[in-house]
Amino acid sequence: MVNQKLNSKQLLQQLLDDHYAGALAAKDRGELIAWSTSIAPQEFCEAMGIYTVYPENHAAAIGAKKGSESLIELSESHGYSADICSYARVNMGYLELQESVAGQIPLPDLLICCNNICNTVIKWYENIARELNIPLIMFDMPFNYNYGVAKHNVEYIKGQFQDAIKKLEEITGRSFDYDRLREVMEISSQSAIWWKKAMGLAQAVPSPMNGFDIFNYMALIVCMRGKKETVELFKLVAQEHEEKIKAGLGPWKDRPEEFRIMWDGIACWTALGNTYKFLKSQGINMVGSTYPDSWSIIYDSNDIDGMARAYSSNFVNRNIDFRVDNICQIVHDFKVDGIIYHCNRSCKPQDFCQYEVQRQVEDRTGIPSVMFDGDQTDPRAFSQAQFENRVQALCEMMKAKKQSSRNGSE
Amino acid sequence: MQAFTAILNELDHVVNHPSEAVRKFKKETGREVIGCLPIYVPEEIIYAGHMLPVGIWGGQTNIVKSGAYLPGFACSIMRGIMEFAVQGTYNDLSAVICPVHCDTLKCIGENWKVAVPNVPCIGLVYPQNRKSETGIAFLTAEFQQIRSQLESLTGRPIADEDIENAIIIYNEHRKTMREFSKIARDFPVTVSPKVRHRVMKSAFFMDKAKHTMLVKALISELRSLPAEEWTGSKIVLTGIIAEPDSFLDLFTDYGIAVVGDDLAHESRQYRTDVPQDGNPLERLARRWADLEGCSLAYDPAKKRGQMIIDTVKENGADGVIVTMMKFCEPEEFDYPILKKEFEKAGVPHLYIELEQQADSVEQLRTRLQGFTEMLYRR
Repeated sequence: MVNQKLNSKQLLQQLLDDHYAGALAAKDRGELIAWSTSIAPQEFCEAMGIYTVYPENHAAAIGAKKGSESLIELSESHGYSADICSYARVNMGYLELQESVAGQIPLPDLLICCNNICNTVIKWYENIARELNIPLIMFDMPFNYNYGVAKHNVEYIKGQFQDAIKKLEEITGRSFDYDRLREVMEISSQSAIWWKKAMGLAQAVPSPMNGFDIFNYMALIVCMRGKKETVELFKLVAQEHEEKIKAGLGPWKDRPEEFRIMWDGIACWTALGNTYKFLKSQGINMVGSTYPDSWSIIYDSNDIDGMARAYSSNFVNRNIDFRVDNICQIVHDFKVDGIIYHCNRSCKPQDFCQYEVQRQVEDRTGIPSVMFDGDQTDPRAFSQAQFENRVQALCEMMKAKKQSSRNGSE
Repeated sequence: MQAFTAILNELDHVVNHPSEAVRKFKKETGREVIGCLPIYVPEEIIYAGHMLPVGIWGGQTNIVKSGAYLPGFACSIMRGIMEFAVQGTYNDLSAVICPVHCDTLKCIGENWKVAVPNVPCIGLVYPQNRKSETGIAFLTAEFQQIRSQLESLTGRPIADEDIENAIIIYNEHRKTMREFSKIARDFPVTVSPKVRHRVMKSAFFMDKAKHTMLVKALISELRSLPAEEWTGSKIVLTGIIAEPDSFLDLFTDYGIAVVGDDLAHESRQYRTDVPQDGNPLERLARRWADLEGCSLAYDPAKKRGQMIIDTVKENGADGVIVTMMKFCEPEEFDYPILKKEFEKAGVPHLYIELEQQADSVEQLRTRLQGFTEMLYRR
């Protein structure tokens, strides 16, 4: 049960601790454990009561606790190239060692993979399936090279939902509970709605939210989207933000929000504290990102077509025109002064369109931006000095722009 | 042997002057040429529309302008393609088809639309759940879109019957290429690694009916000759592509014969025929369902390793050379599994990272030399 006395951060920690402890306990009881990619249709396993853990979330936590490098080196010693996604390298290292600074996750009995985030996960999960000789349920969300989701894509995805249900029945030996599915769909949609609402309150000036908090809250929308507690948590976050807005409070007690930026890409988990501290030292608050929309998996509880479309509509599964529109909308809604693009060595589907996205967004919005080289969990691919240089350059540009707009309005 | 050399020269010329082949086709027929990005574009649909499909697999060039679209850690084939595209090399094409097999190809298609607006880019998604009926229906619908877009591009309808005929021509070509690969084993001197590569590669720039005819002539020339003695080592190649040419020259220097391959650029194209039953587009989709052992075709059982080991055994090879296209994630993920399986099966292998624009392959000399010496000692 949700304890109302806790604040949202305490509650978040409690829920996450329970989540990971619950998975280990379930494994001990001999229950099935699934490993899943971060934006996969979790509704089916949730409806079947299958405990699901998320290696991407685990890898990020390992990175944040500075434990990724040794696991990366371990997987590289088995032939994993230093050029592939570092989440995968962390996870393949973990698979062998089954120990990490961020605690244990139980080994999986089945895998759920959805390539709406990248095609990397297909290969990564193929390898786990092969190494452990366990079943893999693949949710294939065709890349939307046209702006919207085509009708035959929706049909294909729906067909896969049915195939997945059949496979889950075979694996568990139980029949699928469609009533429970409707319930889970309702809860999941509510989670997504409240996630988007809570994170969207950063649109206020000043933002009530220290933007890097999104990287913490994210864990729950990844790991527990189908659970009631998640809805409660994001309601609480929204309430806290609304109270701060009413009181005119900004993100920090010790300094005002001077610049509002959007962050494009995943965090550098291994340098989370240092990147955050430097931004704050410059008065920069991250108010916008593509994250609120990434888990806006919103549909009606009886609408399987809508669910198929929602899962296929994720930012990196869309074409450049959509990505540019989406970022321009964020710039507008969150009143953004500048953009920091993280050219994340691990994330090819993001990086290889990023140069063009940056050009088009700048053309359309006129706001300044910089790009830095980094990685989500491989500390060897990130340089704090370069990061600070680029951010300082952005500060200069944002200052100059504010100055000229003040001059213009005088 | 004179006929053999003459045909090889013709194939060589096409490989070295693909733009000339494109312009010649357009001049002689007045019809369109369609570029096919890697890999498995359903060329039969293009061919049935009386157009010439040509392969687009990058090549050696200086990376200058494509740096505005792709960072240095994109695979070199894709950087090469983007460079040629921006430089205008593909301006004679009426369109390109971009199958988005990997994350890089997704982005290539997107950047293409901006960078080369004069050459339309037609997207194509291959389903991962390729063996299920919904997956096959999805791919059939994607192929129908390709057909419609080509029809509106040319103003000419593409008839079912013409696709059926194209399938016959393409299956015959595939069969011929498999035969060539087989007989080439017995002629490691005449069909050197570079010659073998040339014969394979030339198919990308020629009418397949004509290419079949020429390769059949090569095969019958070879059949009239006694098999060649070979005291060097014999290997199977796996990877995306075995380029640049200077890399294959090293094989000759160190007495390495290629007796089989699992290259995306070569034999993977020819292993699987279009099956018989169903309407023509569905038949093409079922080929994708039947295909195995490719890093781009979803396979949680990962049969590829065993398939390569079988190829080694069937062709009496001494080992495998893995030509890793640097930054190619699908291939890089397959490697640790392959490595384990090769080691378990006692098949020696050499892992080499290649970049298509490599200035020099000299640093590979010692590695190839070491590998062949190891093979001799066995």
